Amino acid sequence: MTYRLGCDVGGTFTDLLLINEATGETYRAKTPSTPQDQSIGVMTGIERICKDAGITPAEISEFMHGTTVATNAVLEGKGAVVGLIVTDGYKQVLQIARSFVPGGLAGWIIWNKPLPLALLENTCEVKERIGARGDVVRPVNEESVREAVRKLKANKVQAITVSLMNSFANGDHEKKIRDIIKQEFPEVPVSLSHEVLPEMYEYERTLTAVANSYVRPTVSRYLKNLETTFASRNMKAKCKVLRSDGGLMAFGNAADKPVALMMSGPAGGVAGALWVSRQSGFKNLLTFDMGGTSTDVALIENGEPQLRRETKVGDVTVRASSLDVRTVGAGGGSIARVPELTGALRVGPESAGAVPGPACYGKGGTEPAVTDANVVLGHLPPSLIGGEMKLDVAASKAACKKVGDALKISVETAAEGIVKIVNENMFGALRLVSIEQGYDPRDFALVAFGGAGPLHANALGKLSGSWPVIIPPGPGVLCAYGDATTRARNEASQTFVRRYSETSNKDVTAILKSLSKQAQDSLIKEGIPVKEQTVIWEVDLRYTGQGFSVPIACKPEGFEKNGLAQAGKDFDTFHTRQFTFALDAEHEIVNLRAVVVGEYPNVKAIRVGKGGTDPSKAVVNANHEFWDEGKKYKAKIYDRAKLKAGNIVQGPAIVTEFDSTTVILADCMGTIDHVGCILITPKGMKPKAGMSAPPAGGKAKAKAKPAAKAKAKAKPAAKAKAKAKPVAKAKAKSKKKR
Amino acid sequence: MTSKAQIIETNKKPFKKVTIDPITLDIIESALRNARFEMDATVFRTAMSSGIREQHDAFPLIANKDGKMVVGQFGSFIGGFLNNYDGTIEEGDVFFTNDPYKTEGAISHANDWLILLPIFFSGRLVGWSCHFGHMTDNGGKVPGSMPTDATTIFEEGLVTPPTKLYKKGVLQSTLLEVMLNQVRLPTWNRSDLNAVLAACRVAEKRVKEMCVRFGDDVFVSACQAALDRNKRAMSILIDKNVSEAPVSFEDYVDDDGRGYGPYKIKCTMWREGSKVILDWKGTDPQAIGSINFYLNENMLKMFWGIYMIMVFDPAILFNDGFYDLVDVRIPQGTLLKPNFPAALSCRTHALGRIFDTFAALLGQKTPDFLCAAGFSSSPHFMYSGTNSKGEWYQLYQIGFGGIPAKPFGDGPDGHSMWPSFTNVPQEYLEAYFPLRIDRHETTPDSGGAGRFRGGNALRVDYCFLEDGEISIHDDRWLTYPWGVNGGTPGKRSEKILYRTNGSIEYHHSKCDNVKVKKGDVLAFITWGGGGWGNPIEREATLVATDVRRGLVTPEGAKRYGVVVNADGVINEEETRKLRADIKSKQPAKMPVFDLGPPLAQTLANCEKETHLPAPRPPVFRPDFHAAKAAE
Repeated sequence: MTYRLGCDVGGTFTDLLLINEATGETYRAKTPSTPQDQSIGVMTGIERICKDAGITPAEISEFMHGTTVATNAVLEGKGAVVGLIVTDGYKQVLQIARSFVPGGLAGWIIWNKPLPLALLENTCEVKERIGARGDVVRPVNEESVREAVRKLKANKVQAITVSLMNSFANGDHEKKIRDIIKQEFPEVPVSLSHEVLPEMYEYERTLTAVANSYVRPTVSRYLKNLETTFASRNMKAKCKVLRSDGGLMAFGNAADKPVALMMSGPAGGVAGALWVSRQSGFKNLLTFDMGGTSTDVALIENGEPQLRRETKVGDVTVRASSLDVRTVGAGGGSIARVPELTGALRVGPESAGAVPGPACYGKGGTEPAVTDANVVLGHLPPSLIGGEMKLDVAASKAACKKVGDALKISVETAAEGIVKIVNENMFGALRLVSIEQGYDPRDFALVAFGGAGPLHANALGKLSGSWPVIIPPGPGVLCAYGDATTRARNEASQTFVRRYSETSNKDVTAILKSLSKQAQDSLIKEGIPVKEQTVIWEVDLRYTGQGFSVPIACKPEGFEKNGLAQAGKDFDTFHTRQFTFALDAEHEIVNLRAVVVGEYPNVKAIRVGKGGTDPSKAVVNANHEFWDEGKKYKAKIYDRAKLKAGNIVQGPAIVTEFDSTTVILADCMGTIDHVGCILITPKGMKPKAGMSAPPAGGKAKAKAKPAAKAKAKAKPAAKAKAKAKPVAKAKAKSKKKR
Repeated sequence: MTSKAQIIETNKKPFKKVTIDPITLDIIESALRNARFEMDATVFRTAMSSGIREQHDAFPLIANKDGKMVVGQFGSFIGGFLNNYDGTIEEGDVFFTNDPYKTEGAISHANDWLILLPIFFSGRLVGWSCHFGHMTDNGGKVPGSMPTDATTIFEEGLVTPPTKLYKKGVLQSTLLEVMLNQVRLPTWNRSDLNAVLAACRVAEKRVKEMCVRFGDDVFVSACQAALDRNKRAMSILIDKNVSEAPVSFEDYVDDDGRGYGPYKIKCTMWREGSKVILDWKGTDPQAIGSINFYLNENMLKMFWGIYMIMVFDPAILFNDGFYDLVDVRIPQGTLLKPNFPAALSCRTHALGRIFDTFAALLGQKTPDFLCAAGFSSSPHFMYSGTNSKGEWYQLYQIGFGGIPAKPFGDGPDGHSMWPSFTNVPQEYLEAYFPLRIDRHETTPDSGGAGRFRGGNALRVDYCFLEDGEISIHDDRWLTYPWGVNGGTPGKRSEKILYRTNGSIEYHHSKCDNVKVKKGDVLAFITWGGGGWGNPIEREATLVATDVRRGLVTPEGAKRYGVVVNADGVINEEETRKLRADIKSKQPAKMPVFDLGPPLAQTLANCEKETHLPAPRPPVFRPDFHAAKAAE
C-alpha cells in the first residue's frame, strides 16, 4: 500500500494529512510548530500520524510540503547577508527602488524606508554595459569584477546576486561574472538575475534575484535537514515543496530557486480548495481562509486558480508567479475600538495575537476581539466538542461592552457591529479578487476554511451573493489536503518586447518551444515523464504604449498558424471586460512563457454515509442562545461527525467538529453533500451542483460571467435570493484565462 | 459665488434625511475608499503615457451630490466648476475641461485634463466621480506644452472650457477630434482620456451599487455623515494645535524662467475661535513667466488639512468636511491668484513651495512636529525629436530627490514627495526612447545634516542617442531647502550638459529648446532634503554606516562632527574633539530654521557658486486686468 503525506507548517500549528492512495482513507494530525527548526515539528507529526495509521514512515511514497520557511526569513529579516553586483552607475538600484512613498499626500512624514535586502555596503559596481537590444556597449572589465568579489568576500556575504542592466536581453555578462566568482569565491551560491527572472525592469528583476539569494541558504539548510532526518528514519519518499503558484517542485530545484516558494503557505489553502472543487463538482469558487490575524482570499475559475506575476511578502514584492491570494489584516483576533476623535467603530488591523489572545481565552486579554463578539452572539459556543479549552463568556461580554458603552448601544448590538465591520473588511478582499477583476461573485461558490472561516462564511456569502457557501470536512487542515493532492508545475519565461508587426507566429513559436523544453526538462528530472505533462503557453500582451500587460493563455497546437491573432482577440475581450473599452492600437508582446504541469494524483475521496433530510440524530444541544440581525434565537448545535449525506440543517444552527465551528444563520440552511461538505444556501434555494455527485474531475460546464456584462441594475447581494443561480448552472459568456 | 449650473433631475422627490448608525457609515466609507483605489488601478493599467501609468500623475475623487469630496486626495474642485458652468447637468452627461480660469483653478494648468461625471440614481443626482491626469502634450509652442518663457496661457496649448464630452450618454466626437487635433501625441491623449473616463465609470458603478444595497437616501445621508465626522475630528485638532497668535513663514520660487526672481510666497496663519485663517498677504504679485499657480481655495484647504492630519493624527480619514473651519485669503493679482490670461504651465514649483510653507507654519508652535524643507516640487525633463527612422519621439518625465528629514526619522534618498508617483524603469526608457541612462543614483552629502539626515538628491545621467531637443523644469538652484531645529539645508539642484567635444555647460533650471547631439550627456541633479535636529546629536555609528554606504562622504561626515575614514571606521578621539569644538560654536538654543545664507549673500555669490547669473529682481507689470475676462 502507498501513502501520500501532505504537511503544512503554519505559524502556530503543523498540520498533517496522510492519505491511503488506494482507499482514500485519511488520517489527520496537528502538532505545535517549532519555529526554531520546523523540521522537528514535522517529524513529530509524521511519527504521530504513522502511529495512528499503523504504518512506518518507510511506507510513505510521497511527501508534499507547504512551508513558510522562506516567508518567515523575509518577514523576520533573518535571511542571508547578500552581496549584489550591478552595472556601473546603478549601485543604489535597491536604495532608490521605484522612488515610491506609500500613504498618500504627505505620507512621507510618517514613512521610514525599510533597509534593502542587499545592503548598500555589500553592493558593488562593475564596469560593463549591455544595451537595450542586447548589444554589448562595453565589455566586462574583469579586474573590476575581481575587485568587487574580493570586497564581498571580505564583507563575509553568504550569497551573491548578479544583476546587470538589460541582462534580460543578453545574459552573457552575468554568466561571465559568475565564472569569475567561481574562481575567487567558489563556496558562495550565486543567483543571476536573467536566470531567476529574464524580464525587463531593472529594479524588479534585481529585487527578485536578491530575494532569491536572501532566502536561499535558509531554505536549502531546512530542506537538507528534512532529508537527513527522513533518511535516518528510513523514509524514502519523493520530497516536494509547494510553490507560490500552487504547483509542486522537487526539493533540489526548490533549493536553487527558493524565491518561487515565498508564498508556499497560502497556496496550500487554494490547492485544498481545488481538491474540494474536484470532489464536490463546484468549478467556480471564491476561497475564504480566515485565521487569527489575517484572512486570505482567492478566486478559482473553472477549476483554475487565478495567478499573478508577483509575490508579496511584507514590504517585499518580487516578480515570481503566485496564486492571486489577497490578504487583509482581519481575523478572529482583530481588536475593535472606538477612537475618541472620530467616534467611529474600527476593527483591526491590531490583533490580540496568541498572547494574550481574545478576552474569552482567559489569558489576560481585555480588549474586544472578533472572537469575543462571536462568543457574545452565541456563534461560538463556550465549549467545543473535542476542544480542550472552555471560553470565558463573561470576559467576552465585558470586553464588547466597552464598545457598546462608547457608542451607547447594547453589548449584543456592539458585538454584531464588530462582526459586521470585520465581515465588510473581508468582503473588501473578496471584491479585489472578483469584482475588480471583472468577475461577478454571484457566479461563484464560497469555500471557507481556516480556524475562523466557517464562523463567518455564511455572512460573507450573504454579502457577496456567492452560493452555496461550502464548508469542507476538516476545514482546519485543508492546506495539508492541498499539499497532498496538487500536481507538479514549472514554468520558463523570457522578455520579448515586439509589436505584432515586428515579429511572426513562426518566431514566437520557436521561442515558446525552447522555453517549453527548458521547463519540461526540469520536470523530467523530477521523475515526471513527458506523457504525463501538459504544456500551456502564455503571451503577455498590451496595447503598444501601455505599461501593464496581461498574460493570455494559448494552446501550443496550431499556434504557428494563427496564435498571435487569437491571443490579440482574447486580449481585446479581456480589456473590454475589465476596463469597459478596447483600443484599435497595435498589440505588443512583452513576455513569453511556457507553463508545464503534471497530472493530479489519483486520490479517492471519502464518501459520507447516506441519510434522510432530517439531521436530528446529530443534535447535541437544542437550546443554545444565538443572536442574528438583532434577534435572539434558540439554536441547535450539531456534531458534524454524525451528519449524513442528504441531511438538511435549518438555521439558526451551529455545527461543531474537531478543529472548527460552522455557523448557519437564521434565514439559511446547510445541506450535507456526498463528500461531507456542508453547502449553505438561503432557505428555499437548493444547492444543486454537488448533490448530483459528479465524480472527481467531472466535466461540469461552469464558466464565470464577466461582471462588466452583468446587467447594469446590480442586485443587492444580500437580497439575491432565489434569483442567484447555483454556480454550476451559470451560463457561460466568455472564457478567459486570468 | 453661487452655482450657475442647472441640475436636471427626473425624480423631484427630495432625499429623506436618514440617521446613519456608525457601523453603516463605516461600511459605506470603506466601500467608497475601495472604489477610489479601484479608480487608481484602472487608470494606471490602461493609460499610455509613462507620466500617468508609471509615474501616476493623475488624481481621482468621489464626491457627494453637492460636490464635496468624500474620498480622494486633493480635495474637491467641483464647486469651482459648478460656480462657473452655465448650463444643464443631466443623467448621462460627462464633462471635460482643462481651463483653470473657468473652473476657479480646479486644475491648475492646461496639461491637466479633467473629467467630471455626475452620478444619477433613480432620476436623482447622488454624487460625482472626477479624475484628472497630466497629458504629456497639450499642444502649444513647445513639446510638453509647458513653455518656461510663456507670458500668457494662449502659448500653452489647448484650453477647453467646461464642456459636455458626452451629452445624455452620447459621445460628442467632433469635440474630441478637434481637441486631439491640437496635440502632438493624439494617441496618448486619447488613451489617457479613455483611462481617466473608465476610472470615473468604475466609481459611478460602485456608487450605484451602494445605492441599491443601502438605499439612495441612506447613501446620501451617509456621505454627509462622513463629512460631519471629519469636521468634528479636525475641529479638535485645530483647537489643540493652532494658536490664536499669528505665525508667518515666507519662502521663494527661485526664478520665472525669464530671468527674474526670486518670487516670494508668504503665508500667515492664526485661529479665530474655531476657525483657521490662512492669509497669503505679502506674496509677490504675479510673475510675467509661467510659474504662476492659480490656486483653488478648497484644494489649498485640503493640502493644509492633510498636513495637519499627517503631522498630528494620521488615523483620521480626510475629506472635505472641515472646509468651513478654514478661511483662505489670497490677494488677487498675486503669484497664487494671477489675473487672466497669465501663463500657468510651470506652477509645480509654487505648488511645492506651498507645502514647504505649511510644514513650516504647522511646526512653529510645536517644533517637535516640524519637518524640514525638501523635495517639494516635481522637476520635469523633456526630450523630443525625430529619430533616424523618421519617427517622432517625445518623453516627459518627472524627477525625484531628497525627502526632508522629519521628526520620525531620516528622509529617504531619491524618492517622491507626491502620492503614488514612481520612477520610470531605466530599462523601459532605454527600450522606448533613444537614450542610455549611464547613472541613476543619489548624490552623497546632498541631504542636509541633522540628528535625522535629509534625503539625498537624485542624479540621472541621460546619454542621448539621437539629436533632439530637451526642456528642463526645476527649482531650488538658488535658495536652499532649509533645515530645522539645528538641521542644515540640503544641497541645491544642478543641470550639467557634457558635450561630446569635452565642453561642459551649466544649464538653467528652467529652459526649453536646448539642442542636444548624439552622445551628449545631461546630468540632471535635483536637490536634497533639509536636515532635522542638531547634527552632532546623531549617533556617530549611524554616520559611519552612511559613509560605508556611500551616502555621506568622510568629508561630509565632519558636518556631524564625526571623523571617519572611507571604510567607515570612526576615529573616536578626533570625533570627540570635533564635536566639542562644534558645540562650543553653537548658540545655546538652536534656531528653529536654517534657511542657508541670507538672500542678498546668496544672490551676490550666485554666479560663482552655480555658474549661472543671478536672476534680476522681479518686475511686476499690472498689464493683465482683473478677472473680468474670465467671467
